[in-house]
Amino acid sequence: MWLIDSSIGRKLIMSITGIFLVLFLVFHGTMNFVVLFSAEAYNAIAGFLGANWYALVGTKLLAIGFVVHIIYAIYLSFQNQKARGGESYAVKNNQKSVEWASQNMLVLGVIVLGFMALHLFQFWSKMQLVEISHKLGLDNGGDLALAKDGAYWVKHYFENPVYSVLYIIWLVALWMHLTHGIWSAFQTMGAGGNIWLPRIKVISSILATLIILMFISIPVYFLLGFSI
Amino acid sequence: MEKSINITLKIWRQASPKAKGEFVTYKLDKVSTDNSFLEMLDILNEKLISERKEPIVFDHDCREGICGMCSLFINGHPHGMDAGTTTCQLHMRRFKDGETITVEPWRSKAFPVLKDLRVDRSAFDKIIQAGGYVNVNTGGTPDGNAIPISKLAADEAMDAASCIGCGACVATCKNGSAMLFVAAKVSQLALLPQGRVEGAARAKAMVSKMDELGFGNCTNTGACEAECPKNISISHIARLNREFLSAKLNS
Repeated sequence: MWLIDSSIGRKLIMSITGIFLVLFLVFHGTMNFVVLFSAEAYNAIAGFLGANWYALVGTKLLAIGFVVHIIYAIYLSFQNQKARGGESYAVKNNQKSVEWASQNMLVLGVIVLGFMALHLFQFWSKMQLVEISHKLGLDNGGDLALAKDGAYWVKHYFENPVYSVLYIIWLVALWMHLTHGIWSAFQTMGAGGNIWLPRIKVISSILATLIILMFISIPVYFLLGFSI
Repeated sequence: MEKSINITLKIWRQASPKAKGEFVTYKLDKVSTDNSFLEMLDILNEKLISERKEPIVFDHDCREGICGMCSLFINGHPHGMDAGTTTCQLHMRRFKDGETITVEPWRSKAFPVLKDLRVDRSAFDKIIQAGGYVNVNTGGTPDGNAIPISKLAADEAMDAASCIGCGACVATCKNGSAMLFVAAKVSQLALLPQGRVEGAARAKAMVSKMDELGFGNCTNTGACEAECPKNISISHIARLNREFLSAKLNS
């Protein structure tokens, strides 16, 4: 199967799962941004995403997207390490045009994944997981009323400046990952030529920055002393 | 005005492909800044020969930047720190008096070191043999301009064709990927009507050979483009991806 055997096929899988995760981020970021204006509206959106069948299908697809993206990242990095050969350069410099993020996507990915574990524990396990457990008749000690009150958890965690700062660090790493990842996905899918390559880079950077601004506005809002 | 500098060279010496290599330090005094880098190595080799020592092996041929034979990883850059030039076009005036210059061979799994600074780049020949050509029925010479080609396509094909196959892209890539080389070779033919006919089969055959030879997976860092002595653009890599994916999806 060429999607697995060929280098471009493997990269295509990375780019498709990557773009899928970016689309998820666009949705998640837009939803988060709402909490700054109305906790009620935010909870209404969160309400759609409980233990409903469509939310569960979405969650499973998302989990698959993440897992495939991560497995292929490790597989490709392993192959690339091998292709470099046994001996490494004593002196290695990069030209200025080579961005640091592009050479350290795996490192950034690991940072993003680490903080994601914290994020899933803080929000997902207190919200959707509680609803799923409840539906299955299991009790994991979660409060069902609070599980539907997303705004409560946002306030609960972000009022602590330590968490706000941690989330900002996470989002900066994610921003760097995206500034390379988005245009790179289009390049792998074969989009662009002499004229469109720079355009795709600019559009991708703008998209990456907008996504992160939507997310980061919340911890920054709390750090500035405001509350919802 | 002629000026001369004193330099220290840290050069990789390796007796054979299997032998363990090491850096050896040489001091070279009164090097004219008008010398090219390879002339400086020639002077060093003359000195080594006169001392009854084994000269340093390095690849070179035309010494005017068109053959793609010279290599050398100089101070962390393939073909030295200047953009758009080969090692033979690098001159000693680019170095400071008293500077230590580190010279290493290309390092990549697919380019094993043969001796000292010389590596085996026949992997590139194998990729070309897999499909980097056009099959032509021999016969009478066709009329000039019988097939119209747009200026844009001709220019871009020519840009791709300026690749000299030196391997700097593989040497500098953190993934040891040969995508820029393969992309240039696929592009130069795919853009022209004569090469377009076999485009799909060519892309598949060359990429498959590239993977088989142990080159890495491109992650679009752009390091190849920045170091390429012929300034080949990574937009050719997008074209290769496009050619390969559409060939696979249509088969």
